[in-house]
Amino acid sequence: MNRREWVQGVLAGGAVAALGGCATSGGTPSSAKVLVVGGGYGGATAAKYIRLLSDYSLDVVLVEPNPTFVSCPISNLVVGGVRQLPDITTSYDALRSRHGVTIVRDTVSSIDVARKTARLAGGPEIRYDKLVLSPGVELMFESIQGLRQAHADGQILQAWKANEETVALFKQIEAMRDGGVYAITIPEAPYRCPPGPYERASVVASYLKKAKPKSKVLVLDANPDVTSKAGLFKKAWSELYGGMLEYRGQHKAVAVDARARTVKFEVQDDVKADVLNVLPAMRAGSLAVQTGLANANARWCHVDWQTFESTAAKDIHVLGDSIQLAAGMPKSGHMANSHAKVAAAAIVAQLKGLEIVQKPMLTNTCYSFVSDAEVIHVASVHEYVAAEKTFKPVAGSGGVSAARSELEARYAMSWARNIWADSLG
Amino acid sequence: MMMFVSRLFHARAAVAAAALLVATAASSQTSQDLQIRALAATCANCHGTDGKAVQGEAMPQLAGLPKDYLIAQMQAFRDGKRPATVMHQLTKGYSNEQIEAISAYLAARK
Repeated sequence: MNRREWVQGVLAGGAVAALGGCATSGGTPSSAKVLVVGGGYGGATAAKYIRLLSDYSLDVVLVEPNPTFVSCPISNLVVGGVRQLPDITTSYDALRSRHGVTIVRDTVSSIDVARKTARLAGGPEIRYDKLVLSPGVELMFESIQGLRQAHADGQILQAWKANEETVALFKQIEAMRDGGVYAITIPEAPYRCPPGPYERASVVASYLKKAKPKSKVLVLDANPDVTSKAGLFKKAWSELYGGMLEYRGQHKAVAVDARARTVKFEVQDDVKADVLNVLPAMRAGSLAVQTGLANANARWCHVDWQTFESTAAKDIHVLGDSIQLAAGMPKSGHMANSHAKVAAAAIVAQLKGLEIVQKPMLTNTCYSFVSDAEVIHVASVHEYVAAEKTFKPVAGSGGVSAARSELEARYAMSWARNIWADSLG
Repeated sequence: MMMFVSRLFHARAAVAAAALLVATAASSQTSQDLQIRALAATCANCHGTDGKAVQGEAMPQLAGLPKDYLIAQMQAFRDGKRPATVMHQLTKGYSNEQIEAISAYLAARK
């Protein structure tokens, strides 16, 4: 162990006690230098990296209602019955014990931008110097008539946030008769995880091919064509599943009838299926909308790309799926982790009087299972272009897999375990 | 017994010395240090924080590898001389100066 590591180890262990002057012992702190709201890929990474990049000198409070982190990436394998929820679950303990992040298990119900305070659902208020908001997406149930009720009744599921609903969707598929139809509907882009619906259709087809081979998978897409890794998905579908998986573009769902198990579309004929997995349009998490940060078409949040500071509110940095994207940037967990590091460096620079990183960089690597054994990827590198004040993909970088492979399935699982450790470990 | 003494020392040191060490660590921080750490953090998603990958995973640990070796490997990926699934696509996003800075940083992690 070198000196720096010893110092960091000591700090991580002692930081809460040493820096907790603003905290009431055992209770919710009344103030935070940096308050992070939301402990997903964006928020957890931001909390950890603000601690790391400040050499453990800035106190960070993370507010997150869930007791553990459940990963959306890899969760389609739970829908396909080849992984269990515990396989994609990570504890928040290391953020606290190794990095000295104060974790408050609660929900922020409102933010007072002028007073720089956040009100918890549990009652107390936390004052902040900087707030990092990583609220994920809100599913717009009202965009599809009848969907909110069908969801509440457990009849038509989304499972677009990984949790018990992910398991419930697998149980619906598992209980389906052989010869039944599983249908997934996809909203118009942008939505969380562009390749996610196609990956899900693939792993469900992979499961049905073995367990219920007379069944069918229908992919009903509001977009005119597959929005991500199209060539690789279509090749896998035709070679692995033949007529079992059918793709239909230009299918924008507008209503559901849970009792008749039917989806209605804007233009096309109704579709009936045994298991309906209906994904509505999405927008920034409701706290971002309610705080007035969703200044892009009332759906997504514009940010200053060098710092991820909201263009609507000073000292609030917005990350992850809730932001209005730059060119070529997907709404992905990997991207949220990348956003968080740029924001963390900017916040540390601003609070400690250092120079802001002039040319921040982002990467994205996104693996998709096309069966229970084979995987494809898309990767990209993005650089901040000062003259245009935005991120752009670096010319000549990035690309997709040459072909689907079992080798990339190994990389996909290693990617997952490494990014979970990088975000939370 | 040594273990116990050592642990006790660390526990006490943690509480007593933390504030002082915070100040020391903070004052030594420079803008350039922050720039390089932020740049190297773009590798961490797959290769672990500070290049310390999860043991036993397919992506190699980069922390502590020789700087020249890291530069040579990234250039080989970029030039297509070393076969890859994804690294040939990612390395094309970085300049020679960035690759050198990342390599120097990761080589110094132990």
